[in-house]
Amino acid sequence: MRETPLSNCERQFLLTAIKEKKRLDGRQTYDYRNIKITFGTQYGCCIVDLGKTSRVLAQVSCELVAPKENRPTEGILFFNLELSQMASPAFEPSRQSELLVKLNRQLERCLRNSKCIDTESLCVVSGAKVWQVRVDVHVLNHDGNIMDASSIAAITALCHFRRPDVCVQGEEVTVFTPEERDPVPLSIYHMPICVSFSFFEQGTYLLVDPCEREERVMDGLLVIAMNKHREMCSVQSSGGIMLLKEQVLRCSKIASVKVAEVTELINKALENDKKARYVFEFL
Amino acid sequence: ETPHCLVHTMEVEESSTHPTTALREFGCEQNLLSRPDGSASFVQGDTSVLAGVYGPAEVKVSKEIYDRATMEVLIQPKVGLPAILSLSAGHTRFSLFYLCPVSLLLSRRYKASLCVSVCLCVQGPQLLACSLNAACMALMDAGLPMRCLFCGVTCAIDPEGHIHTDPTAAQERESRAVMTFAIDSAERRVMMSSTKGSFSVSELQQCIAVSQRASGKIFQFYRDSVSRRYSKML
Repeated sequence: MRETPLSNCERQFLLTAIKEKKRLDGRQTYDYRNIKITFGTQYGCCIVDLGKTSRVLAQVSCELVAPKENRPTEGILFFNLELSQMASPAFEPSRQSELLVKLNRQLERCLRNSKCIDTESLCVVSGAKVWQVRVDVHVLNHDGNIMDASSIAAITALCHFRRPDVCVQGEEVTVFTPEERDPVPLSIYHMPICVSFSFFEQGTYLLVDPCEREERVMDGLLVIAMNKHREMCSVQSSGGIMLLKEQVLRCSKIASVKVAEVTELINKALENDKKARYVFEFL
Repeated sequence: ETPHCLVHTMEVEESSTHPTTALREFGCEQNLLSRPDGSASFVQGDTSVLAGVYGPAEVKVSKEIYDRATMEVLIQPKVGLPAILSLSAGHTRFSLFYLCPVSLLLSRRYKASLCVSVCLCVQGPQLLACSLNAACMALMDAGLPMRCLFCGVTCAIDPEGHIHTDPTAAQERESRAVMTFAIDSAERRVMMSSTKGSFSVSELQQCIAVSQRASGKIFQFYRDSVSRRYSKML
C-alpha cells in the first residue's frame, strides 16, 4: 500500500509555519510531546506513547544458548525492531527497507555498543551456557520520531525485565520457575536515550521531536544518544546536511536536558509499577 | 485529530440455567491508533490482541482482482520475527484470511486492497478467538461494508466430558479437546471451526450449541461497546 503523498501546499504551509516558530500541534521548538510509559502484565513488556499518536511496544525475552566462540564469558544481546504495516501503510511487510536498517543499527549502537548492560553477568557456564537477551520493538503507530520512542521503550523494558534465576552445581544447570525463586533483574550500568533533532532550510531551523509531517519536509536529522551523566553514546547525522560545530554542541546541550527529564520519567514509571505489583501480590 | 478512545469492560455473569456458557470479563477499545483506518484492541482473560485495518486503498497491479478487493492478513508475534510464525499464530493468520472474505462484501470494493494486521500483544490461551474478535471490531471501526459480524468462541471438553466455554490456560492443558468456532451474527451459524484433540459427533454438536449461545453475549458486548462509544461522541 502506498503512502498518501504530501501536497505542495501542505509542504509550503509546514515550512512557513516552522520559519515563524510555529508547529502544527502548538508545541514550541524545543518541546517534547508528552511521554506516557505503561507496562504489560509480563515482566519486560513496555508501551511508550509519544503524544496521543506515536506508539511503540517493546518486549524483552531471554533463553539459554551457547556463547559466541570468541567471547565465551559474555551473554548475547539481540535487538530486533519491526515496522509493521499497522504503524503506517508505507511499511512493506517482510522487506528490509532503508529506514528499518537505519533504525535497527541506531538502536544497536545506542544500547549494545554503549555497554549499558553487563553482558558478563549473563554468563551461566563459561563457554557452554549464557543468557541471550532478546529485545523486540514493535512500532504500532507511526507519527514521527520512532527512534526516540523505540530507545525509551527498549531501555525501559530492559530495566523492567526479570530473568529466571539459575543455579549451577558441577555440570548441572537448574533454571528456577518464578514460583520457586524470584526472577532476577538485569544489571544495567546506565540508560542511554536517543533524542532526535530535525533540521530545515539547510540547518537554519531546528525542531526537537519531529512529528510525521515534519519528518516528511525536513532536510536532515541528527540523533544523539546520551545518558543522564551527560555521556554521549552515539551521534548519527542523516539526510546529508552540513552542520557547524556550534550546532552540534547546542544540540548536545538540549539533549542532556531532555535525557535528564526522560530518565526521571522512566524511573518514576518503574517505581510506580513496582508498587502496583507489590500491592497486587499481597491482595 | 486525536483518536477517540474508550475502554469498555463487561463481566458476563454465570447464569444458573446454562452454567456452561460462562465467559470471563473482556474489554475492547476501538479507534486507538491514528494511522490505520480502523483499529481495535481486544482483551479476553490473559490474552490481548491489537488489530489494525487499512483500506480500501490502492492495490498493486500484480495483485489486482477485477471483481473484488484483495485481502491481506499480517500477523505480528510479540517475540520473534513475523516471517517465522508459531503454530497458533500461523493458524490465526490462516483463519482470518479465509474468514474475512466471508463476512466482508469484497465485491463492493473491487480493484482495491484491504489489509488486516494483527499484533499479538499478550499470547495467552484462546489466541484465535481473541484475534477474531479484535479483527471484527477493527473492521467495524474501519466502516467496511459487511455481510455480518463474527466472533470467536473457545470450548474445552475436560476428561469427564464436561464442556467449558472460555477455558483458562490450566483448563485447556487438562482438556481432552479444545475447539474454537467463528460464529456469524446474522443467523448464528458456524463460519469456521478449529479443533484439537478427540471427541464424538454428539460432543461436537453440543459444543456448537454452547458456542452459539455464548456468541450472543459477545455480540451483545459488541453492540454495547459501540453504542456507548457513539453516545459519548454525539
